[in-house]
Amino acid sequence: MGKLGKVDFVPFSKVDGIEERLKEGKISATRCKKCKNIYLPPRMDCPECLDEEMEWVDCEGKGTLVTYTTIHAAPAGFEDDVPYTICLVDVEGGGRLVGWLDGKEEDLKIGMGVSIGIRDLPEERMIYSITLE
Amino acid sequence: MRTGVVGIGHGKFGRREVTVQELAFEPFREALEDCGLHQKDLDALIVGSSPEYHRQRSLSGVVAEYLGMNPKPTFLVEAACASSSAALATADAYIRAGIYDTVAVLGVQKMLELSTPEILALMGRVGDVQWESGFGTTFPGYYAMFAHRHMFEYGTTREQMAAVAVKNHHYGTKNPNAMFQKEITAEKALASRIVASPLTLYDCCANADGAACMIVTNEETAKKAETPIWMAGLGSATAPMSVLRREKLSEIPSAIDAARNAYKMAGIEPKDVDVADVHDCFTIAEILAYEDLGFCEKGGGGKMIEEGETHIGGRIPVNVDGGLKSKGHPVGATGVSMAVEAVKQLRGEAGERQVDGAEIALMHNVGGIGQYCFVNILRR
Repeated sequence: MGKLGKVDFVPFSKVDGIEERLKEGKISATRCKKCKNIYLPPRMDCPECLDEEMEWVDCEGKGTLVTYTTIHAAPAGFEDDVPYTICLVDVEGGGRLVGWLDGKEEDLKIGMGVSIGIRDLPEERMIYSITLE
Repeated sequence: MRTGVVGIGHGKFGRREVTVQELAFEPFREALEDCGLHQKDLDALIVGSSPEYHRQRSLSGVVAEYLGMNPKPTFLVEAACASSSAALATADAYIRAGIYDTVAVLGVQKMLELSTPEILALMGRVGDVQWESGFGTTFPGYYAMFAHRHMFEYGTTREQMAAVAVKNHHYGTKNPNAMFQKEITAEKALASRIVASPLTLYDCCANADGAACMIVTNEETAKKAETPIWMAGLGSATAPMSVLRREKLSEIPSAIDAARNAYKMAGIEPKDVDVADVHDCFTIAEILAYEDLGFCEKGGGGKMIEEGETHIGGRIPVNVDGGLKSKGHPVGATGVSMAVEAVKQLRGEAGERQVDGAEIALMHNVGGIGQYCFVNILRR
């Protein structure tokens, strides 16, 4: 999404505004103005009330580890990154995101509290970075 | 009104140095010979395949021409790894609606004509490309995350996963169409290289070329066959593609829903199933399937394989054709391959891997990482 992720697969989206927020260090979700549902990953169309009135909300950057894996067989574009550990994190305040672990896989325990940050990659790209509390 | 299966054909899975239409020809001819019908007796050809693997665009037209099906209608049905189950469900609906009487359902996939870089690029786009693929998620990576979650929630072990691989490779030695026909040991499986932790190479099925075909027809015509096999229950369902939008990651929710629909239509319960083919794209996937299909209680899948309940002679033999694990997984062909195996078992034609007296067979075909699932119940 714009600059989020090591490789970009999606040139356009209604949630392009996330890029500016990431640069400001914000972990952001969207909220439907009508039903107040929170979406992370963010989206601009509410599937509940079929409404398009959304607003951005920022999260604290805290969450719970749902599961993880360390990728050893790399897909295209990640050849120089393996092994890297992918974490799924339930974010405090609602929603879930995928991030890269900044730490050791051996230290992970599902259900543990983690911190979510934003790490800069070359070519102005950014990823969610997960650290242990 | 119910749909009957009268003809089956199954090609050799593996690395095949033939074109996609040549691949399709083999099981098509076999299925027609099996029921003594000809192209003129068919009302349509419905093809299940995942088009992104092929150089040839608009596949079903090319295949229909090569199979001598012109001017009969044809079209492609896609649901990732469950494409040909979706094709079968479509054929069933056409037949029960009375639009077509007899249809050839073909699952076909040529996967190994792509170069390694092309395969790696495709592999990097299996997930939600907007929010997940940019972080380097992969197919094994998703199932690896399900595995870690299942280990955490239920205490499932790596040894139990390895036992799935050992079983399926064992039965693969009895299936001449399987890509791999070699026994493996648990030690070898556990010591193989890590693909995505905790999964190692022997937890993963292999890409393959392959095709399978079945001729399905209306009740009246099917009754004239020697041993018609009936499509007794068809269930299908979906779930969020993204793991970021799925409530539980220790199950495939679409499989639970699809199974419920199939059991209801067939009027049976899980305990009535005599033999099953489940979507073991990874060893953990087979363990999830036992639970999602109600073969055991939630969390009991690891114990079920450990205690031999899914071997021949056990409570419900599973993947005794070798499963995706040893047959190989030509994605679009896998659904019909499973259905063909079910028909063989119900006709008593499964040879060395026959489950004696099988009356009811189940097939469970997952598309992608569970965004689609098809569960079908076939009976004599």
